[in-house]
Amino acid sequence: MDESFIVALCERLRDHAARKAALRIRGGGSKDFYGQDCSGESVDMAPYAGIVAYEPKELVVTVRAGTRIAELEDALAAERQMLAFDPPHFGVGATVGGAVATGLSGPRRPYAGSVRDFVLGTRVVNGKGEDLSFGGRVIKNVAGYDVSRLMTGALGTLGVITEISFKVLPRPALEATLIFEWSEDEANVQANRWAGQPLPLSATAWHDGKLRVRLSGAPTAVAAAKAKMGGDQIDAGDYWAQLREHRLAFFSANRPLWRVCVPQTAAPITTAHAQLVEWGGGLRWVSGDLDPMNIRSTAERLGGHATLFRGGDKAIGVFQPLPAALMKIHRRLKDAFDPAGILNPGRMYDF
Amino acid sequence: MRSQALAALRAIRPPMTVISDDEGLKPFETDAFIAHRETPMLAVLPDDEAQVRQVVKACHALGVPVVSRGAGTGISGGAIPHRDGVLLVLSKMRRIDEVNALARTATVEPGVRNLQVSEAVAHLGLFYAPDPSSQSICSIGGNVAENSGGVHCLKYGLTTHNLLAVRAIDADGDVIDAGSLALDAPGYDLLALLTGSEGNLGVITRVTVRLLPLPERTETLLAAFPSVRQAAEAVGEIIGAGIIPAALEMMDRIVIEACERFMAMGFPTGAEALLLAEVDGGKEEAGEALEAVSAILARCGASEVRVAADSVERERLWKSRKGAFTALATILPDYYTIDGTIPRRCLPEVLAEITRLSAEYGMTVGNVFHAGDGNIHPCIFYDAGKPGELERSEEFGGRILELCVAVGGTITGEHGVGIEKLRQMCVQFRAPELAAFHDVKRAFDPDSILNPGKAVPTLKRCAEWGGTHMRAGRMPHADIPRF
Repeated sequence: MDESFIVALCERLRDHAARKAALRIRGGGSKDFYGQDCSGESVDMAPYAGIVAYEPKELVVTVRAGTRIAELEDALAAERQMLAFDPPHFGVGATVGGAVATGLSGPRRPYAGSVRDFVLGTRVVNGKGEDLSFGGRVIKNVAGYDVSRLMTGALGTLGVITEISFKVLPRPALEATLIFEWSEDEANVQANRWAGQPLPLSATAWHDGKLRVRLSGAPTAVAAAKAKMGGDQIDAGDYWAQLREHRLAFFSANRPLWRVCVPQTAAPITTAHAQLVEWGGGLRWVSGDLDPMNIRSTAERLGGHATLFRGGDKAIGVFQPLPAALMKIHRRLKDAFDPAGILNPGRMYDF
Repeated sequence: MRSQALAALRAIRPPMTVISDDEGLKPFETDAFIAHRETPMLAVLPDDEAQVRQVVKACHALGVPVVSRGAGTGISGGAIPHRDGVLLVLSKMRRIDEVNALARTATVEPGVRNLQVSEAVAHLGLFYAPDPSSQSICSIGGNVAENSGGVHCLKYGLTTHNLLAVRAIDADGDVIDAGSLALDAPGYDLLALLTGSEGNLGVITRVTVRLLPLPERTETLLAAFPSVRQAAEAVGEIIGAGIIPAALEMMDRIVIEACERFMAMGFPTGAEALLLAEVDGGKEEAGEALEAVSAILARCGASEVRVAADSVERERLWKSRKGAFTALATILPDYYTIDGTIPRRCLPEVLAEITRLSAEYGMTVGNVFHAGDGNIHPCIFYDAGKPGELERSEEFGGRILELCVAVGGTITGEHGVGIEKLRQMCVQFRAPELAAFHDVKRAFDPDSILNPGKAVPTLKRCAEWGGTHMRAGRMPHADIPRF
């Protein structure tokens, strides 16, 4: 695959912009379920794949957007490194471009950082069919506005991401899981107390009256943390991967799934529906036919927001509505990057 | 215009400090990029956010430029006033609004000093990680505007990695609440855009920072190397071994000798490079890392490795790094600090080329830099008393930044573009990318009243500069004002 893919992509976008004909950007299709429905001719990014450059000692990797996440993770694992934001795949075909466009991070997020924290640079084709590069392949870079991070989580509405440079981190030498029988409130409070101490936390999950905590680090550090924290150590098997991929029993119910992101110390959400709490209290999955207005106002009152993640009636709006001042900026940014409104129109909000 | 603006600002209720006399405006004529200065038309020192909104609205209505300023410690000229504009000084807004120990957050006004945050939360076992060397005086609002770094970025990130929420006033006077107290926020990442936007997208009025647990143990090592190449290899080996040190700083012979003269550190005199490494974390973690780093330093040819036995010795080792710039002033009183980032593997080649350029320009360069993340800070020495020396040092600096771009790096790792690096922006970015930056600015500031002319050059300017490559000491169109 060479530059001809980009050249053709730019031409196609210019053509669609001239005709104001919508395009729907697609990698592996693993996250088609996420966001508002949108129509348009498909832009298949999966063929634009491969690792462009990887320098383990620089902690930097540059990949084409169509690269499968699994393939990149294997290449990093061979050098004992990883994508520390722990992206969910949600399917074998999941691509790196999709991981960045959706901006979804996994269980490690509160302790390691989010997708955008590890994005160093992006190459994108905007809605005018221009091939642009932002950021770079170095860890520290403050030249120009941070458009790479703007693209992260923009659901392809501002540009087609074609290449991404990530900061990568060493894999921890050891991981161990502790389990505690606690109420949600006790679990959240304790997880926040631990996070205020130098402990090698790397994930938490609370459901069915149990808090699981993952520790990652040097063997001596993990052993010392276990001694300090108590609880019972369990063989977690592939629990954390199952959690990240939504393959635990909690996620198998055929009900709408709400992703409620709140401050980690927010009080438990009172609801009759089943809940699973991640991110040391910062991410609450609620499964069931919730009243959208109700869950949104609850989330807002707690200082967060609620997303209709899977299933349910998308007509009520998948994402929490934005205040007018923010919406004004969003529309202007959309108009600037995609004046013809051809890139994933409506996938995020009504533009 | 001046009298209209003055009347509008004086009409704001409750009244705030408005400075209009030349004597009062003089102290604000520059920030820490002291080579350039400009007197603002007027300066205001609001006490709260409501006044900031009124100032921005009044200036917008009159089409008067607004330049925000915190402590004025920026070294790329981002807060240098606009001669026909209002300087909005945020130093009176210095209240710590809230510290939440359990949530590990602090919400502060923009004028709060960086170090003040860490000092206010130390008793809770927490700290605010970004630590630019001016941390005792620089303010959080400025840190956000510049996306400031520091010596501990490799492990703890830049300012952008340590923020939860920022409130800014856009050019319309609207309140933009970017980010949230939750770990992510709906919509586009406006927090990322505002961070490092150098006062071009909004006036920052409130910042919620993320606090981290103070490490239980910190170990500091200082290693002397017979060559820069060996020191650079040691840096790569440490990171390749899966260790992320809290800091990895390097100094070359010029700096070592200056420190020795100034502070009598007792360094080995033959050393070509010193590496200062710090590892931290839990007791066991830091202990293991100390052993591993010591072994790597020895294996990579360090002629001497010192480990700080206690915090007094650690302070002493850090003194050489943090005092380096002061020590350098003993070489020549004037120096110009460059701020490029390069892929770390290019370090020996880039330093060799800087040495060659140093001979070409006949100007001494000392290198003190953040080796772990490839952020280099060459210091070019000049004598401001000699006509043309300042300009030559700036031209030399420009050549170094272009070298950084040529090896795949960037023209600024942490100091910002300001007015200093506008020319090099034309080297790093192409016209469509610069146009995209202007589009981003228009989304927040359609009439370009916020810090106009800084951070992003106009396409016209880049064209005038002719791609900006300066060769053989000749600038194209030397008659066009440079900034």
